[in-house]
Amino acid sequence: MTNRTLRGKTAVVGVGETTYYKRSGSPDSEFVLAVKAILAACQDAGIDARDVDGFASYSNDRNDPSRIAAALGIRELKFSNMQWGGGGGHGSGAVASAAAAVATGVADCVVVFRALAQGQFGRFGQGPKMAAISGDAAYSLPYGVLSAAQMFAMRCTRHLHETGVSRDTYKAVSLAAYHHAQNNPRAVMYGRPLTSEAYDDARWIVEPYQLYDCCMENDGAAALIIVSAERAKDMKNKPAYVLGAVAGSEYRNGAPCHNAPLYATSSFTGIAPRLYEMAGVKPKDVDALQSYENFTGGVVMSIIEHGFCSHEEANSFLTYDNLIAQGGKLPLNTSGGNLAECYMHGLELITEAVRQIRGDSSNQVKNAKVSMITSGPMVTPASSAIFGSLETL
Amino acid sequence: MSASQFYLPEGLPAPAPAPDGLDKPYWEGVQGNKLIVQRCKACKTFQWGPEWLCHKCHSFDIGWEEVAPNGVIYSWERAWHPVHPALKEHGPYIVVLVELPHAGNIRMIGNLLGDPRQEIKIGSKLDAVFEHHAGSKMPYTLVHWRVSK
Ligand SMILES: [Zn+2]
Repeated sequence: MTNRTLRGKTAVVGVGETTYYKRSGSPDSEFVLAVKAILAACQDAGIDARDVDGFASYSNDRNDPSRIAAALGIRELKFSNMQWGGGGGHGSGAVASAAAAVATGVADCVVVFRALAQGQFGRFGQGPKMAAISGDAAYSLPYGVLSAAQMFAMRCTRHLHETGVSRDTYKAVSLAAYHHAQNNPRAVMYGRPLTSEAYDDARWIVEPYQLYDCCMENDGAAALIIVSAERAKDMKNKPAYVLGAVAGSEYRNGAPCHNAPLYATSSFTGIAPRLYEMAGVKPKDVDALQSYENFTGGVVMSIIEHGFCSHEEANSFLTYDNLIAQGGKLPLNTSGGNLAECYMHGLELITEAVRQIRGDSSNQVKNAKVSMITSGPMVTPASSAIFGSLETL
Repeated sequence: MSASQFYLPEGLPAPAPAPDGLDKPYWEGVQGNKLIVQRCKACKTFQWGPEWLCHKCHSFDIGWEEVAPNGVIYSWERAWHPVHPALKEHGPYIVVLVELPHAGNIRMIGNLLGDPRQEIKIGSKLDAVFEHHAGSKMPYTLVHWRVSK
């Protein structure tokens, strides 16, 4: 059963996105954003959108593939896939699903997409407003644990306590993202640099997160296209081959009321070894890393759990100089990511990982051959993926 | 407690027992100042939050047991930015994740009473404080915590 792997069987051949807006800034509805991003990815790939035959998304994306297929006149829909749970943690998992469908002949040309209009449908950063609540939420909402930041802060506090990792690492993650966004005209924070002083002076959202530790709230959509490796060879863009893509969560990560046994983790302790085994690479082979930032603390945990440094090394390794594309040892979130490009629920991190392989990132890492994404720290399930250039196959 | 003595302003979502009856013993217990959690009758494993079966042995004969209302701080957060209309102008508040070492190290969330700007130490011993919302349309009780004297 040695061929039970995704390695090298499929590739991303097109990426696309809409204009990225501040929340409520989109003149288009969420559905229109979704379709525009899909059409942009098809155009980038040189594919007729009518030839797309599958869709994969996550986090209960509201844009039903059957409606999209009807709107685009898709000839035959063969794959319509939604992942349960995990919020933005399933971006790489959607890549895994799409790649698996293509690798096994279930479909031939699958779009992975995510569309979010927080202006149209409500802000992620605000708490729910119902009068009464039952189930798991009854044990947290009445105590003022209402937003994502408030749900995840205690995991980070515990992590800092157990490991001795410093909050300076959070700052490095944030400053690197804003730095990269200054070279990326797509980024919402393009032209709005963040200084070290402004980071320090920002108000607390919920300790241990200050304002610039938190992702933005945006409107937009992004998409990418996966076809077989064979077909990718003849297409117009340099293919980003899927070397590995895995999803999941640790033992009882979803235990209610914050009872996950491995509480001080970002949910990747099981995923990381499976990912590297499938991809056949090691952390030192990774040229650029896009790591989902709901909050900077989750990025720090993700980097450590994926083996780029130990807890003991984190304070000296996770510095601004090491995290920028211009000479850093681990170029991180080279588009600006959820913090400074656009909170496209992490799909913009995946399109950026593809761009690093293609060589057309706005913060290009020289000769990038192995490009990695981690999706959704501290959630369940989470997921990660690795793309490689032709030389890595 | 009168309304003004509640730790957080009124208007946040109020807890209600699950419609399927899963956690009724807990919500009834706290109204009587008792902390009642799940403990498997077959294998004695403590379990929290509530579920219909024991995660250890899969027995559906999951019982409920009163435990001493104290614990230690496992983690904490101090929320500053209001994300609900009821919290506007309220100022910071503290949430603690409390571990119950005498009940299989299960954890529960509550607020830490006292100065919202107090220094907080992981590992501090806590006692539960039952906050009764008897005047609510559907009366309920929250379980808060105070650093042990
Ligand atoms: Zn049992």
